[in-house]
Amino acid sequence: MISRLARWFDSRLGAASFARKSIDKVFPDHWSFMLGEVALFSFIILVGSGIFLALFFNASETKVVYEGSYHALKGVQMSAAYRSTLEISFDVRAGLFVRQLHHWAALIFIGAIMVHMLRIFFTGAFRRPREINWVIGVTLLLLAIFNDFTGYSVPDDLLSGTGLRIAYSVLLSIPFIGDWLAFIMFGGNVPTQVTISRLYGMHVVIPFIILAILTVHLMILWRQKHTNCPGPGRSNQRIVGSRLWPVYSTKFVGLFFLVFGAISALAGLIEINPIWLYGPFNADSVSSGSQPDWYIIWLEGALRLFPSSDLRIAGHTVPGLFFPGILMPLFMFGIIYFWPYIEAKVTGDHSVHHVLQPPASNPVRTAIGIGALTYLLVLVIAGSQDVVAVAASVQVAPLRSALRILVFVAPVAVGLITYFFCRLVRKSGTGAVS
Amino acid sequence: MIKAVSSLVVSIAAAAAFLVFYWNDMGTAALGVTLALAVAGAGAGLVFWAHDLMRDEEISEDRGSLASTEEEIETFLESFTTGEKKIARRKVLGWMIGSAAGLLGLGSVSLIRSLGRSPLPVLFQTVWRSGTRLVTPDGNPVPATIEQGTMMTVFPEGNVNATASQTILIRVDESKLRLPPGRSSWAPGGFLAFSKICTHAGCPVAQFEKTVNILLCPCHQSAFDVLRGAAVVGGPAGRPLPQLPLYIDSDGFLRARGDFSQHPGPEFWNRS
Repeated sequence: MISRLARWFDSRLGAASFARKSIDKVFPDHWSFMLGEVALFSFIILVGSGIFLALFFNASETKVVYEGSYHALKGVQMSAAYRSTLEISFDVRAGLFVRQLHHWAALIFIGAIMVHMLRIFFTGAFRRPREINWVIGVTLLLLAIFNDFTGYSVPDDLLSGTGLRIAYSVLLSIPFIGDWLAFIMFGGNVPTQVTISRLYGMHVVIPFIILAILTVHLMILWRQKHTNCPGPGRSNQRIVGSRLWPVYSTKFVGLFFLVFGAISALAGLIEINPIWLYGPFNADSVSSGSQPDWYIIWLEGALRLFPSSDLRIAGHTVPGLFFPGILMPLFMFGIIYFWPYIEAKVTGDHSVHHVLQPPASNPVRTAIGIGALTYLLVLVIAGSQDVVAVAASVQVAPLRSALRILVFVAPVAVGLITYFFCRLVRKSGTGAVS
Repeated sequence: MIKAVSSLVVSIAAAAAFLVFYWNDMGTAALGVTLALAVAGAGAGLVFWAHDLMRDEEISEDRGSLASTEEEIETFLESFTTGEKKIARRKVLGWMIGSAAGLLGLGSVSLIRSLGRSPLPVLFQTVWRSGTRLVTPDGNPVPATIEQGTMMTVFPEGNVNATASQTILIRVDESKLRLPPGRSSWAPGGFLAFSKICTHAGCPVAQFEKTVNILLCPCHQSAFDVLRGAAVVGGPAGRPLPQLPLYIDSDGFLRARGDFSQHPGPEFWNRS
């Protein structure tokens, strides 16, 4: 049977030699190499659950009066988009489960991409010849974050509506073209009749772009082969691992089901984004303690910390929002994008590397990375400063002043500590990746 | 063997339970737990199978070279330049196809026109006019009898859905007012009206601390001093909330004397 099938394909595609090389391909086995796979699996679950949700979601701002089965909102005026989300949650069989599966998978998708990226960064896996896949990976992260934001916004509930208004204001703040950009994306002063349908259009189209870029990412990985952790027999010339067929491929499929199982458990047991508690979007209300999804809190924190600073230039305004909302993330992602080139330029190391570095053996890079993470952590705290202030019973204003200092001091201090710690570890020779 | 078998037994049992629960519409937790056990059981079974029952040896293999040989590169470049010369021979045709593509490219940018008229007027205008009555979100006019320390959201009469015109109405002790010059008559009886849209990032400025007369935006914690015309006293906002001048009509209801002192909402490049 297999033999007949193989011959059928081979006589049409001549694929036998390629297929043999593929199933014999050598894959290094290390737990940290599975983080990218977790991201890939979450993406598959996102597409599947997304197709299910698309059968019921109605991306319309038309005002309707709710008459469904959730009693607390009976008779309340809302958009058709919000009503259809309520229907998915309360009236569609398994609807709430699939909605929560989709949301949890989205969070794990972004989380897995970020941790995967940290692994690549701290072990120097982005060095030549893999700079190209680093750049593609960062692009995938940005697309994932953007698409997550559109998906979070389309139910048209009060919490996401607040985020949408902030996103609109940030886009509006760009000099010269901000008003036009905001107008194109949202259809005018948010909320408008077309905001939800535009965002939903993007939410459905962007996964195809992600799929295309992801395919290129994997093809390049296939061509360049994995890196190896340092160890006996591993060098720039030789790769050590197990063959794709049958052990590695069986484990690969097994891992997919394990990830699927973990996300199913989360979706079944831990409630997420209960939009029926937030209520429908209403332009003149807001809930206090509003928090965006976790992957964007750092940006919200920057908006809260940046001091009041509108600039007037020759009859025009550069809104204060532009600096923390647009310029800072552009600068940050600029550095991330070009990091492989920046590092090669500074160190003068342009040679090919297939063996990873233990983080401690490169104290400067590790210190910069940990310093940058500290910076983001301070911004995350700032993004919840009102919640933190209530929890710690302090006023917001002094907390904000302290965070404004900390955002500069903490990254440097933690970076220096990391640097000296790495040197200590390197000297004692215990920094090997096992 | 025992690990793989027991994982798969759990998987089969949970898959059956999932189907039963689904057909009986048993709710999110039941579906989640059974599906999780069904797929994770299958996953664990596969991993145990691969790990315990298949003989796996560590292979060391030559990586080979990614880069091609110099000869291969030369051959490619030769083929490419031979073709390129054939194209370059007809320069005029090249220019013509370039201009056609360029014009069509410009044309596609002008598709922005399909989106409607320029956004600018929308950003400046509200529907407040001189004489417009203040109404609650339910459409009821506001009498000048509400008590000190009260804060409420009001809209222009007939436009309770005009979100850019949403306004906060607050009554304070008139003797404590320290409004900017030229606004002394804007707050009859201590009634103050400000745009409810934060000048920082457009959130509704929804919290009023009446003991200190401070308006607080819940999104980014900008603070505005109500008595001084909503001047910024903390947080990231760059300018005061625009004030709506008021008067009390002969029937004792509040009305606007005109539009806000400035355009409402977040700042942008082309604001006047």
